[in-house]
Amino acid sequence: MSVALQNLINKPYEHGFVTEIESDVAPKGLNEGTIRLISTKKNEPEWLLDFRLKSYQQWLKMEEPKWSNVKYPKIDFQAISYYSAPKEKKKLASMDEVDPELLRTFEKLGVPMHERAALAGVAVDVIFDSVSVATTYKEKLAKVGIIFGSISEAVHTHPELVKKYLGSVVPVGDNYYAALNSAVFTDGSFCYIPKGVKCPMDLSTYFRINTEESGQFERTLIIAEEGASVSYLEGCTAPRFDTNQLHAAVVELVAHDNADIKYSTVQNWYAGDEKGVGGIYNFVTKRGLAKGKNSRISWTQVETGSAITWKYPSCVLQGDNSVGEFYSVAVTNNYQQADTGTKMVHIGKNTRSTIVSKGISAGHSNNSYRGLVRVAPTATNARNFSQCDSMLIGDLCSANTFPYIQVRNNSAKVEHEASTSKIGEDQLFYFAQRGIGSEEAVSMIINGFCKDVFQQLPMEFAVEATNLLGLKLEGSVG
Amino acid sequence: MIYQDSKVLLEVRELCATVNGITILKGINLTVKSGEIHAIMGTNGSGKSTFAKVIAGHADYEITGGTVDFEGKNLLDLAPEERARAGIFLGFQYPIEIPGVANNQFLRLAYNTAQIQRNKDELDPLEFDDLVREKMKLLEMNPDFLDRSVNENFSGGEKKRNEILQMSLLDPRIAILDETDSGLDIDALRIVANGVNQLANKGNATILVTHYQRMLNYIVPDYVHVMESGRIVKTGGKELALDLEKHGYDWVNVEQPTTAGT
Repeated sequence: MSVALQNLINKPYEHGFVTEIESDVAPKGLNEGTIRLISTKKNEPEWLLDFRLKSYQQWLKMEEPKWSNVKYPKIDFQAISYYSAPKEKKKLASMDEVDPELLRTFEKLGVPMHERAALAGVAVDVIFDSVSVATTYKEKLAKVGIIFGSISEAVHTHPELVKKYLGSVVPVGDNYYAALNSAVFTDGSFCYIPKGVKCPMDLSTYFRINTEESGQFERTLIIAEEGASVSYLEGCTAPRFDTNQLHAAVVELVAHDNADIKYSTVQNWYAGDEKGVGGIYNFVTKRGLAKGKNSRISWTQVETGSAITWKYPSCVLQGDNSVGEFYSVAVTNNYQQADTGTKMVHIGKNTRSTIVSKGISAGHSNNSYRGLVRVAPTATNARNFSQCDSMLIGDLCSANTFPYIQVRNNSAKVEHEASTSKIGEDQLFYFAQRGIGSEEAVSMIINGFCKDVFQQLPMEFAVEATNLLGLKLEGSVG
Repeated sequence: MIYQDSKVLLEVRELCATVNGITILKGINLTVKSGEIHAIMGTNGSGKSTFAKVIAGHADYEITGGTVDFEGKNLLDLAPEERARAGIFLGFQYPIEIPGVANNQFLRLAYNTAQIQRNKDELDPLEFDDLVREKMKLLEMNPDFLDRSVNENFSGGEKKRNEILQMSLLDPRIAILDETDSGLDIDALRIVANGVNQLANKGNATILVTHYQRMLNYIVPDYVHVMESGRIVKTGGKELALDLEKHGYDWVNVEQPTTAGT
């Protein structure tokens, strides 16, 4: 691999700074006491503490899963701090009272926290370490009945909704990390779109891990009632530390009859340095339940960060005629590892799902697509189309595809297409011979490769994703 | 065409090059002046295509000796993209496929890069569309190929036309066309040759690398060079190509003792 190609991927991570802010951090370690402490700090009702303790008991009985195609040293769950919050000097009455240091942090990251400054018209909920620090456009959204804010707040203001849906899509014992999250989750976004309401703006949550040796266990819950629709965006960054930090989130979506939820992620957690030291372990469970008839759940993800990404945003297509979609771009460089994909579980009649996955590997990285398409006996006329493409840059990386297909209904139609390509020296020479340097050439090839996914992203996210990929792969080609 | 007052564009002296340790070029000498059309002929493996790629700066080849001056600059100091921007164009024998990148996007980026180099204005997509459609008429190309990926699933003829289209957009000082005639049916050959003829002018030069004489029926060269084992062993006018066609390349070898040392 030529030097030009090499230099092209290795652009430094620009969100790696640490904010100097006084934090209230719980002592490291995990036991019942930790969970009671979190629950007390958040002034939670008894039922939620019970939910946590039950989850913790489940977790203790579970084994850490080993089946993924990623390698990492054993995680010491006692070396993590499970709660970290910026110290508040007093109760916030408005956005203007948010700690200016925090505001500056998010300004640096390009997150619009000031409502009047937000030109894009996106409502933002900001999560800093373990707590939600601000939510914009809240009142405006409340006028049409939309509830958008932190989940800890929703526990108090709308306990009946949280109680009804929490753990309804991802049960506490679903998997090891989901059980852990259910026991110790600290904050996350809550979003409720009432019957017939089309959310007038994109809703967005921005996650930031700031404290070293703290884990982030956020919990997001989005409910779209009959005929409702919402587009939700999620962005993430973290400072550069030499240690690995665990991010084990759970996201649950519920779409009732004719409802539509579109969930887009641009994940740019710190990925570790070029030798593979540090970075986030992103072990996340994301699942949407297309509960009602004609409902639709669509996941779009651009995964560029994290030392290890291990996640499968999935759709359970329970309602008749419901639709599930998964569009993914996963980029790995240096020693990053990704094992990501989706699960489409067809239960209702005439359910349809589409999977488009684009994996790009550079450096010494390892990028796997893993996907399950399951058609239950009840899912008459189910349809699935999967397309999994991998692109290799250089010759030290690897790409794998693990498609699992389980069909138990004869009327089902399942299609799977896969391809592997490589940015070749010959392609770069062809560009060069037309006066185009390798940096521009690679960005053009990659954007062409990812086109089908990028066009699913909301406008401003698409721009961010394109830029991010350019940065990420700078120096990787030659 | 040979002009009295023309200046030297390309001066190649004793050029030697290897690939994977094997010597392919063993001392090439060639002088190309503006306005001229040169043909380099030779058998397979004689080094013709290597010569074309070496001039364009392909990284697989290592220069082990000699010099190449282009308009007074040392060409060998320049990266491939710098050579292209300076006005060296290579028409590929096997144009490369670039899936996912739309042809019009690619052509516009190449064109605008050349415009910047010449301190001229870049064209926006609409302006460029007008320009490229005009150029495509010359090559009798179907406009729908603008939206297709670069060279992907193009027929042999479409790929070669696409090369000439790029040449017409970039307006190079020297165009080296590597076996542009191979894989073309007679109609396509006529169209491509016609395009090349229309682009040739007093200020630029063309080097045709070819195996067969047939393209030279359409593009008449001022000089014909015969390459053999990495050297130019014979140089003559357009009639040399006809002699080669009649007698075969072995004829040169028989003749070689009297003409070697060019």
